[in-house]
Amino acid sequence: MKVSEIIDQLGLKVIAGEKGLDREISGAYVSDLLSDVMGNAREGQIWITLQVHQNVMAIASLKDLAAVILVKDLEANANTIQHSNEEQIPILSSSLSTFDIAGKLHALLADK
Amino acid sequence: MELDFSIEGGDFTQAGQASSRVKKVLKQLGVDAKCIKSIVIALYEAEVNVVAHAYKGQIHIQIDKDKIQTLITDEGPGIPDIAMAMTEGFSTASKKVREMGFGAGMGLPNIKKNTDELKIDSVVGQSTTVSMVNYF
Repeated sequence: MKVSEIIDQLGLKVIAGEKGLDREISGAYVSDLLSDVMGNAREGQIWITLQVHQNVMAIASLKDLAAVILVKDLEANANTIQHSNEEQIPILSSSLSTFDIAGKLHALLADK
Repeated sequence: MELDFSIEGGDFTQAGQASSRVKKVLKQLGVDAKCIKSIVIALYEAEVNVVAHAYKGQIHIQIDKDKIQTLITDEGPGIPDIAMAMTEGFSTASKKVREMGFGAGMGLPNIKKNTDELKIDSVVGQSTTVSMVNYF
């Protein structure tokens, strides 16, 4: 499943990194601890987090993640958005809590 | 091949510059993907440690046919008890750093897990030197 395919189904907004919407999703990882993501997330995963600073994109890029979903309508910092566009790794935004969006994404990926 | 980077303490915008560059270089050299992933994790954590704890630091990287050697030297508070610092969950990071999602006491354990050789030397009140080797 591609990143573009989950946007409508999960009611996400594309904040940045539109050029990366064709990225293939291998799964997802949920964490707000950056070293946890650095150590344990895997290539192609969607990262669900409440962190909005630009180090999120540094990690997403280093780990070759498919996209980042920010929860609860949190707004990405300007330099986070810039980094997302440069790296072509999308930042998506959800109005839902981490638990709710993770549950929906899990169901969607398990269903495919 | 040799690569050098400078890091300013406290400047989180710089964290990841060295690891990003090294990742690209190793890819171009055709190094095994799994090996690159480990090196990138270790190097990123080392960069973050300098930014989070030190005043400034230098990274010197030497890439040979069979291995990559990384030497990170900083000017900073040093580490009084290295064994304690290696413990999962132990951190001396500031509140601000923790709020960013760093400082969970996972950095040095991540480095240990992702390097073949790791040596840490520190003089309290002066500097810390981290030497890492990964074999391809």
